[in-house]
Amino acid sequence: MKLKGWKDVNPGAVCTEAGSALKFKTGSWRAYRPKWVEENCIQCLFCWAYCPDMAVFVKDGKMTGFNYDYCKGCGICALECPGKKGNKAIVMEEEGK
Amino acid sequence: MAKVVAVTGNEAVAYALKQVNPDVSAAYPITPATDIMQRFTSYVSNGQVKTEMVLAESEHSAMSGCIGASAAGGRVMTATSSQGMALMWEELFIASGSRLPIVMALVNRALSAPLNIHGDHSDGMGARDCGWIQLWSENAQEAYDNTIQAFRIAEHMDIRLPAMVCLDGFIISHSIERMEYIDDDAVKNFVGEFKALNPLLDIEHPVSYGPLILTDYYMEYRKAHAEVMSKVSKVVLDAAKEFEKISGRKYGLFETYRLDDAEIGLVILNSAAGTSKDVIDSFREKGIKAGLLKPRLFRPFPYEEIGNALKNLKAVCVLDRADAFGGSYGPLFIDIAASLYPHKNGPVLMNKIYGLGGRDYLPGHAELVLNELVDIAKTGKVKMIKEYIGVRE
Amino acid sequence: MATPLTLKELSKKEVLLTSGHRMCSGCGAPIIVKMVLLASEYPIVAANATGCLEVSTCISDYTAWKIPWIHNAFENAAATLSGVETMYRSLKKQGKIDKDIKFIAFGGDGGTYDIGFQSLSGAMERGHDMLYICYDNGAYMNTGIQRSSATPYGADTTTCPAGSVIQGKPQPRKNLTKIMAAHDIPYVAQASPSNWSDLVKKVKKALEIKGPKFMNILSPCNRGWRSRTDDAIMLSRLGVETCYWPLYEIENGVTKVTFKPKEKKPLVDFLKPQGRFKHLFAPENENMLKNFQEMVDKEWGSLLKASGTE
Repeated sequence: MKLKGWKDVNPGAVCTEAGSALKFKTGSWRAYRPKWVEENCIQCLFCWAYCPDMAVFVKDGKMTGFNYDYCKGCGICALECPGKKGNKAIVMEEEGK
Repeated sequence: MAKVVAVTGNEAVAYALKQVNPDVSAAYPITPATDIMQRFTSYVSNGQVKTEMVLAESEHSAMSGCIGASAAGGRVMTATSSQGMALMWEELFIASGSRLPIVMALVNRALSAPLNIHGDHSDGMGARDCGWIQLWSENAQEAYDNTIQAFRIAEHMDIRLPAMVCLDGFIISHSIERMEYIDDDAVKNFVGEFKALNPLLDIEHPVSYGPLILTDYYMEYRKAHAEVMSKVSKVVLDAAKEFEKISGRKYGLFETYRLDDAEIGLVILNSAAGTSKDVIDSFREKGIKAGLLKPRLFRPFPYEEIGNALKNLKAVCVLDRADAFGGSYGPLFIDIAASLYPHKNGPVLMNKIYGLGGRDYLPGHAELVLNELVDIAKTGKVKMIKEYIGVRE
Repeated sequence: MATPLTLKELSKKEVLLTSGHRMCSGCGAPIIVKMVLLASEYPIVAANATGCLEVSTCISDYTAWKIPWIHNAFENAAATLSGVETMYRSLKKQGKIDKDIKFIAFGGDGGTYDIGFQSLSGAMERGHDMLYICYDNGAYMNTGIQRSSATPYGADTTTCPAGSVIQGKPQPRKNLTKIMAAHDIPYVAQASPSNWSDLVKKVKKALEIKGPKFMNILSPCNRGWRSRTDDAIMLSRLGVETCYWPLYEIENGVTKVTFKPKEKKPLVDFLKPQGRFKHLFAPENENMLKNFQEMVDKEWGSLLKASGTE
């Protein structure tokens, strides 16, 4: 990205574009990747509630997958996932394997 | 119609603030500025202003509250002195770096230790590099006039920087003088409606104030700030021109007194300039071409203009009511010397430190200095470049 | 119409803290902020003390905030927000603003218990209509895990490291929640992200109350707690279940424990997974564990007594 010169910076360094952090992808930080196993999902939405990175897609009140552009791979979702009959609906897999 | 009154400097500043009628003020008491806010809060309590107060638990919080209020999107003012300004120090930079047009009366007082509540310029000089505009005032009239003009300068869309108006503690803040108040409507029209820039309270357009800026951008913001500083002089002069229309009083970047044909001159800030002018008159009566320059806009410092005003003198004494420890010379001297740097045949300079902690500056001091300048003008030689005057051995 | 309190309904709301923030992987703080913002039915203007949350959510042109937000300095989020809220009252009185806006300050424990305490106390005493939220991770995590007055007894930090003579922090935590209650403000509460429903209800309640409110929220930090990146919620839950971090509120002086574990777990369940307490499990430090358990029992006992639920 081309860096702005001093004539183009906002007065007082005020950020005027709300939510512009979306342009900064944090997915590359990830060492482990959460995998959604849909058949074990009871749609409790704990993964969505407890995700520190707002990286769980939800549509009409249902979890639909992960946003790997931002997911940092912490694994909270997998740990908190109650799954179904002892089978987790989210499992962590090593990246690049 | 202007109204002639007999008031103290603090009373005059408080009255100017009443006429400007800011949206919010956050303040904390400190001698000798306290009186301004006491008077102002009585206007608040009696419904004479629309201002909402934040009566903070420290000066740090007072300036923090001013910053929050200014970023929120309205007109903001406060007042302080000395230790209070020192406690605000961190926040002064944040106010200017965030480009928030807060106006603050600084009733100049010495810094501790040792503890002293009286007037000198250590506080204002300590804050000279914090990115604020500084207007200095000789008397109650100037403090009043500068306060009104400060809002217009600070809030100017090309500027958007905080401004402090300096007046000498006790000597001006607590002494009654004859002066003129401008009509309320004239003041109101002069400062105009506050125009918000990126207000936090505009929830339809959410903005973030105070980001972390790393090595890739910090210098660009500093350069932009420096550039804005370079535009201040023009805005100050434009405001002065408009102000003359409502007041009949002329203001510039600095005042010169009998300086045009002067051979020797004094450079001095604030109240002591009045005493000096009297002594200059008596030297003129003796046929000695003495004059005076009193800076008004001290930050940004008008180097070029002041250099040109002083370059033809033979000898100049800069009188500092503060010392810059370890910096060899007083802070005003350093700037005057820098303004004369481009002029190879400029005057011989000397520096006297006077009036610290409210020590009286008497006509005798000015006489002493002017007599020394007469000798220097003849010989071109200075015995001691920097010296404390009015101090016991 | 108020949103019914289910995750399904909450998930239909826009989260006003976006992805792309740079908090560490597995940090508890953004989970807390998300829940707080989701709880509000009003537009929010936020202030943020310098700290992890602040430096990671607004860097250069990248802000993760979709609400108006201001960072001023470390010690003055409450004073800064006092100014914002006062300007709001001024402009509202003048008819220049008509919307109902709520004001929330976020500060870490360093910016709240320690350097920002005076500013917080002042703002609460002045009665500003604001909710101050402390995300308490128990140390100066942003500058590298230095001890704060919120650091738990015995914890190893970079400025009270467990050594051969001193075994971590010798002093217990400052009980800030109680101190805030002593300000006689209308609402004070303690919450944990593990108990999301309790947290959201408390924020909702706080926002409906006019005047100053304070919430202290346990915020796991895997870097400082020397734990795993996936255990923020698990640890905050253990904090609650061991009564290390009791969930309660004090509304107009009335104390109410909002969650009473069916079976109070031993404190070691909370301490064991955290590397910062590792040294306490050495045989010679047995008495420290005992002391720590007694401190927790004492506070829990006094809370139950205060809430009449002994």
